[in-house]
Amino acid sequence: MTFSVSRRALLGAALGAPPLARAQGAARLLVIGGGFGGATAASYARREHPWLDVTLVEQRTRYITCPYANRVLAGDLSLADITHEYDGLRARGVRVIHDRAIHHDPVARRVRLGGGEVLSYDRLILSPGIALRYDALDGYDEAAAERMPHAWIAADGAQLSLLRRQLEAMPDGGVVGVVIPANPYRCPPGPYERISLIAGYLSRHKPRSKILALDAKDAFSKQSLFQDAWRALYPGMIEWVSAANDGRVVRVDPGAMELETEFGTRHRVDVANVIPPQSAAAIATDAGLADGTGWVPVNSQTLESRTAPGVHVVGDAMFPGPMPKSGFLANSEAKAAVAAAAALLRGEAPPASVFVNTCYSHVGPDYAISVANIFRAAAGSQSFVEVPGSGGTSPRGDLPEQRRLEALYADGWYASITRDMFG
Amino acid sequence: MIRAALSLILLSTAAAAQPVSGVAESCVACHGPRGAGSGSVPPLAGRDASELAAAMAAFRANERPATIMNRIARGYTEAETAAVAAYFAGLR
Repeated sequence: MTFSVSRRALLGAALGAPPLARAQGAARLLVIGGGFGGATAASYARREHPWLDVTLVEQRTRYITCPYANRVLAGDLSLADITHEYDGLRARGVRVIHDRAIHHDPVARRVRLGGGEVLSYDRLILSPGIALRYDALDGYDEAAAERMPHAWIAADGAQLSLLRRQLEAMPDGGVVGVVIPANPYRCPPGPYERISLIAGYLSRHKPRSKILALDAKDAFSKQSLFQDAWRALYPGMIEWVSAANDGRVVRVDPGAMELETEFGTRHRVDVANVIPPQSAAAIATDAGLADGTGWVPVNSQTLESRTAPGVHVVGDAMFPGPMPKSGFLANSEAKAAVAAAAALLRGEAPPASVFVNTCYSHVGPDYAISVANIFRAAAGSQSFVEVPGSGGTSPRGDLPEQRRLEALYADGWYASITRDMFG
Repeated sequence: MIRAALSLILLSTAAAAQPVSGVAESCVACHGPRGAGSGSVPPLAGRDASELAAAMAAFRANERPATIMNRIARGYTEAETAAVAAYFAGLR
């Protein structure tokens, strides 16, 4: 506490004025969502463009990250280890409002909050994340999620805690069912990292148990690397069923703890982690920014919505073209959106941006794998293109030093990016 | 000497090119705020600009042992890495 107060005083002095006593008429940048996209945007707007009046709207007073949540499920970390607060953003002069944005009028450039306050903006950076499509999987709704947790939106951590308790309570020899959606969804390799780390927990504590992964896809991110690791670390424990082998789940029955596939196979499981299909969060879809896919298409240079100029959309809600929905990319997109918004507010041409992704997945102790991608806006700003010859996944093979270093670098990344967002 | 001259050429190329946003900003996602390092991820701040630019060139050409930087380095132009090397070299 002492630290944050003195830090605030120092920053206030460095900016030459108390953060909240800025000149009237300063350009108003509103940020909705306090996660990887929104927290980064608010922080960078104040650091790079202290002339901006920055307000961040985020419902929760604490933020639990989805990255590293799978390590909480495995019992390697606690929720406290992946929980972050907004004091650092306040110290930078961001006005942080803990409320829900419930109505957005992109023509009038106004957002109404649940508590009644109406915020006007000159530019908006919208980073609201995802909504779960409870209409898309028969039998799966919010009540079902209390029996068959998704644990795919961290929120207050209740879903993660529930799934963790269920894994702890399951007898040795039980079956953990994991239902995995079709693309696109938040964190493409996430379900497979989760399977790996749950397998690690089971192999240490309940070695006769199994994981049944029912997938709506025939291929997945870092597939050969994950499957190599599963064979090496958890032989016989994980059965992955592709869509072509009737892996696509179309109905769930939380009472009977059954998962039913496209061709009518019913799998009875002891614990069910159901990751349902997703869309952009409601504040984006309700304002008419999303298209028929449920995601928000953007101009790939400025990241402005195609239908609402002045509204930059970053993070998982954005229709990403080839870009995966990752925390790293949300952080990268947020910095680009701030650069574009600041330039446009000053009447300047927005700079060209590069969009970077580095995504580590832990699969076991001292064992992580990665994929990297570098994207740029395509000519005409209608789409993103991956830089030819760049990026790619970790090499295959028996490479223990590579795996060990990537696990260390993953930890370094997590510490670094969370300080980048909230520091 | 050659290295220093090379880095000057690269820097002048960078200055002439259209500025691209987000290169240094993406480094700090792993290498710590202001490139100060984070855990096992090494610091960039205060390192010699020509050393950093040469390391990125070697990563790009697969001429330096790498876990991940070879894959990332190939996403940037030489002018971009030179500009970023100069930026981190100037931080303490």
